[in-house]
Amino acid sequence: MAITWHLLFLQVFCFCLFSSFTPSNSLGTAEGSTINGRVKIEGMGAKGLGLPGKSTNVKVILNGGQRVAFIRPDGYFSFHGVPAGTHLIEVAALGYFFSPVRIDVSSRNPGKVQAALTENRRTLNELVLEPLQEESYYEIREPFSIISLVKSPMGLMVGFMLVAVFLLPKLMENLDTEEMRRAQEEMQNQGVPSLSNLLPGRSNN
Amino acid sequence: MANIMGFFLVLLSLTLSLYPSCALYEDQVGIMDWHQQYIGKVNHAVFHTQKQGRKRVVVATDENIIASLDLRRGDIFWRHVLGDSDAVNDIDIALGKYVITLSSSGSILRAWNLPDGQMMWESFLQGSGPSKSLLSVSASILVFSGGCLHAISGIDGDVLWRRELSGESLEMHKIRQSPNGETIYAAGLVGSSQLALYELNPKNGDIVNHKMALFSGGFSGEMLFLSDGTLVALDATRSTIVTASFNNGNLVFHQRPIIEIVPEFSGSASLLPSRFKGSVAIKTDSHVLLILVRENGKKMETLDKIEGPSAISDALLFSEDQQAFGVVRHEQDVLSLSIKLDGGGNNELITDNIKVDGQRGRAEMVFINNYIRTDRSQGFRALVVMEDYSLMLLQQGNIVWCREDGLASIVDTTISELPLEKEGVSVANVEHSLFQWLKGHFLKLKETLMLASAEDIAVIQEMRLKNSEKTKMTRDHNGFRKLLIVLTRAGKILALHTGDGRVVWSLLSPSFRKSEKCQNPTGVKIYQWQVPHHHALDENPSVLVVGRCGLGSPNFLSFVDSYTGKELESLRLTHPVTQIVPLPFTDSLEQRLHLFVDGEKRAHLHPRSSESLGVFLRELPNIYLYSIDSERGIIRGYGLKGKCIREEGDDYCFETRELWKVVFPLESEKISAVATRKSNEVVHTQAKVLTDQDVIFKYISRNVLFVATIAPKATDGIGSITPDEAWLVAYLIDTVTGRILHRVTHLGAHGPIQAVFSENWVVYHYFNLRAHKYEMSVIEIYDQSRADNKDVLKLVLGKHNLTTPVSSYSRPEVMVKSQSYFFTHSVKSMAVTSTAKGITSKQLLIGTIGDQVLALDKRYVDPRRTINPTQAEKEEGIIPLTDSLPIIPQSYVTHSVRVEGLRGIETFPAKLESTSLVFIYGVDLFYTRIAPSRTYDSLTEEFSYSLLLITIVALVAAIFITWRLSEKKELRDKWR
Repeated sequence: MAITWHLLFLQVFCFCLFSSFTPSNSLGTAEGSTINGRVKIEGMGAKGLGLPGKSTNVKVILNGGQRVAFIRPDGYFSFHGVPAGTHLIEVAALGYFFSPVRIDVSSRNPGKVQAALTENRRTLNELVLEPLQEESYYEIREPFSIISLVKSPMGLMVGFMLVAVFLLPKLMENLDTEEMRRAQEEMQNQGVPSLSNLLPGRSNN
Repeated sequence: MANIMGFFLVLLSLTLSLYPSCALYEDQVGIMDWHQQYIGKVNHAVFHTQKQGRKRVVVATDENIIASLDLRRGDIFWRHVLGDSDAVNDIDIALGKYVITLSSSGSILRAWNLPDGQMMWESFLQGSGPSKSLLSVSASILVFSGGCLHAISGIDGDVLWRRELSGESLEMHKIRQSPNGETIYAAGLVGSSQLALYELNPKNGDIVNHKMALFSGGFSGEMLFLSDGTLVALDATRSTIVTASFNNGNLVFHQRPIIEIVPEFSGSASLLPSRFKGSVAIKTDSHVLLILVRENGKKMETLDKIEGPSAISDALLFSEDQQAFGVVRHEQDVLSLSIKLDGGGNNELITDNIKVDGQRGRAEMVFINNYIRTDRSQGFRALVVMEDYSLMLLQQGNIVWCREDGLASIVDTTISELPLEKEGVSVANVEHSLFQWLKGHFLKLKETLMLASAEDIAVIQEMRLKNSEKTKMTRDHNGFRKLLIVLTRAGKILALHTGDGRVVWSLLSPSFRKSEKCQNPTGVKIYQWQVPHHHALDENPSVLVVGRCGLGSPNFLSFVDSYTGKELESLRLTHPVTQIVPLPFTDSLEQRLHLFVDGEKRAHLHPRSSESLGVFLRELPNIYLYSIDSERGIIRGYGLKGKCIREEGDDYCFETRELWKVVFPLESEKISAVATRKSNEVVHTQAKVLTDQDVIFKYISRNVLFVATIAPKATDGIGSITPDEAWLVAYLIDTVTGRILHRVTHLGAHGPIQAVFSENWVVYHYFNLRAHKYEMSVIEIYDQSRADNKDVLKLVLGKHNLTTPVSSYSRPEVMVKSQSYFFTHSVKSMAVTSTAKGITSKQLLIGTIGDQVLALDKRYVDPRRTINPTQAEKEEGIIPLTDSLPIIPQSYVTHSVRVEGLRGIETFPAKLESTSLVFIYGVDLFYTRIAPSRTYDSLTEEFSYSLLLITIVALVAAIFITWRLSEKKELRDKWR
């Protein structure tokens, strides 16, 4: 399978070297030239984006919607009768980010076509459009973990409670019985128990 | 301390700017959004019902869509939206596996793989001139276009041969391949009275036989091949049937006036393009006649006469020599489908009367298909296209499925509240919902703790989607449940529930139905007519729908109840309307006052009541109108003068007088885009506090109009112009005084322009020819005249000018800030989020060329962005300036769906301040709600109630346990 793919690719590659930028002389200059190109997406549909990553979803758009071309199974597309001038080609494919391509169709030698990516100004020797990056439209949900549970407000509540239940009694235990009694007496004298009474007692210790 | 605070603020703003604010998890799809796919009005259909494989019908529609539909359920298998200028001329199926489409007036032929819709080949057919485009697929694929006949290989789309069939004023009308595949016939007209008939060899396209003959009566242009070498046509008066046939190498004409066949015939007739064997269908003013033609036209007789408006299908060969056709008639809400034999006599095979929804209008088109029933008899199914563009499949007297495809052509939309919840809830309901609630949370808990099985997860997902709360027909506390009221091009009004997108009611008002008076009624606009707040319990809101006939001016109105979908009143205006202005006033019934401006610039007030007149007359001096004439490049402002002079006695008619006009030089500037603020937009605060504790005031006026003009040469498309010849001029115009507040020129800019206006800023999108990239610019205007108001001492001493009324006539001192950025994609539509109080920060919603909608924070299009913002500016949330705007995939509000053919984005505020409702329409519909600054005022769906419950239970349990423990310990201590 892999070999056949390679072969096909090689063929396609050679074919496009010779065909995509050679002038189609059969078409008159009055009618404009033909732009042939290819959309190449590596491992299309292999990535599980929850998308039908098929080439049926790919559209090639000239000049912001003036014309729309569809790609063949091998990724080729063509626009016929494009007048001389500087044009813009965009590729709409769900799940992939393509840079728009600036296309210069020469008026002096018909059929001569130059292309450059507008995003990074890279010139293309041949019109093979590849996505700059894959787009994933969803946040990745983090797997369940104890850390996140503990970090959540509820986890903090439970944590504080645990501290209160198990560590505070320990603090109390460290106090001398004498100190304790004194503190309790003080408390009864003052009527209102407060933390400030306890703390100096501890610091005295 | 301040430093630390500052550091945290920076950290906070950084984290906020790093994370897109409306990202979605994959399992949240469908909880608050819905997506519906449509195809539009079907105009071609081909069935593919072979024994093996799935049965499907391939259709082409008015929206330039080809689609393959499941015959059992009506679902879309696959669908392609062709370009705007790529209208489909014809479709067919070749080799049993390819769908062949001819489009772009016959210049592009494509083959699509039937099972998955992959394009297999594409063939560009070059012609020598404009002509009709005809497709004929039988033995081989024949295309006539551009004056040439092409034979195309079905396997790879190669042109096998090409024969030019054009000459001086020769126009081809029909081609036909003989059933045995030995000859191709082509018929055309030279001028209007000379018939040309060609016989060609299908192998190489050589002309075997060519005849021309003059018919003195002239032809109407419609013709049909009856059989090989026999043509039927109508003469120039459309009252005589003419047949032409090859006879010993000569063309022989026979003619027969229709009146001889049908004595009661009058007026003019037209040929229906249905393909019948040996007979023709002729449509007269009142009937459809089926006429059998025998002996090369010497004898003609009426086979059938179908009364009333009806739709007739093509003939279908269902057995060796039997052909049948379908007729659909429509009376009230009963659709009668009859399948008749083509052969002769009144041989009806099937007659079904099917009750359909009365809001679908009459049947417009019908396509039939046959199948073998289980008892080996012949059965027929019919695909019917209705007046409201909906599509139905009828079989055995039942509607198998029905698609509401009118929704693919929404022209305008508005929103309506749902009824208030009435008192009284049964206990059983509460118990049931409590049980459901507990069960749901138990399942969610299982999921959180990763104990849920696959089945449980499925149940959870289903529960999330089928949340009964969100589909209720009553108002909710957060204002998420509403009715979207949409108007389609066919004039049908539908109410969609925002919870799940179902159609609550639909209405095809009688004034929007086809009639003698109006052949082609279309919907234009929809306005909110009455929104009751004071009597919300016992009064229903209503909308005003405006329609027109064909391409004329809008001239009929319909008032529709938003809850029930009943038409309250319909009105045919005596004066054509050029402009409708909703005024910011209501009468005591809370009906909004509207001004209808007619062609002579007179304003008519609606509703026509003395009370509304009173309200209106009080406000008369403060009402200003403006009109935009893009053809001549003039914007005019008007004030109202007084009662109409000519129409005595009409109290509701007012004369206008021109106050100002702005004239753009036509040779250098053409109006391309205008934008105004939404009339119902709420602005929370006028003041903006800067980092240095300074205050600037936004210039907020309802009367500011943004106009963008471009060079007239720059309208043909990006490739047709050099940067030196193109420019864009943006204006901000006060519509009361006509004063130009701001003007800026972008050299080398090209349309199309998309603009959006909100609060005190405008964002517009255009193409920069020099950089060859799309660009977005922002203009913000600030009021300088109030700049000295921030002095507290003056405020205390009363020396401020806050009490002076804001008037357009006081000369505004405005300060303008602007900035431009590159943007990667083409933009189809642009909108801005709107919230109830205007406190929440805004997001731009950008409909890209890939039919997705991107949410972009307004902070990215802030003219105060600099390359190196100071510490203080960073704290305020100013993002460092970059040359292009970021595209973060997670901030696509449409996530992984495409809203095919995107045309418009509407936003509506919810009652919850943080949330904005977004409705995106095109061929598809998409609805969601977004929170531009996250939902800061309510718990999200993600909030885990179960965890909260567990925590509380755990705490309570811990309290009890420790209590018991301490008691025991005390007891132990006491015993010791």
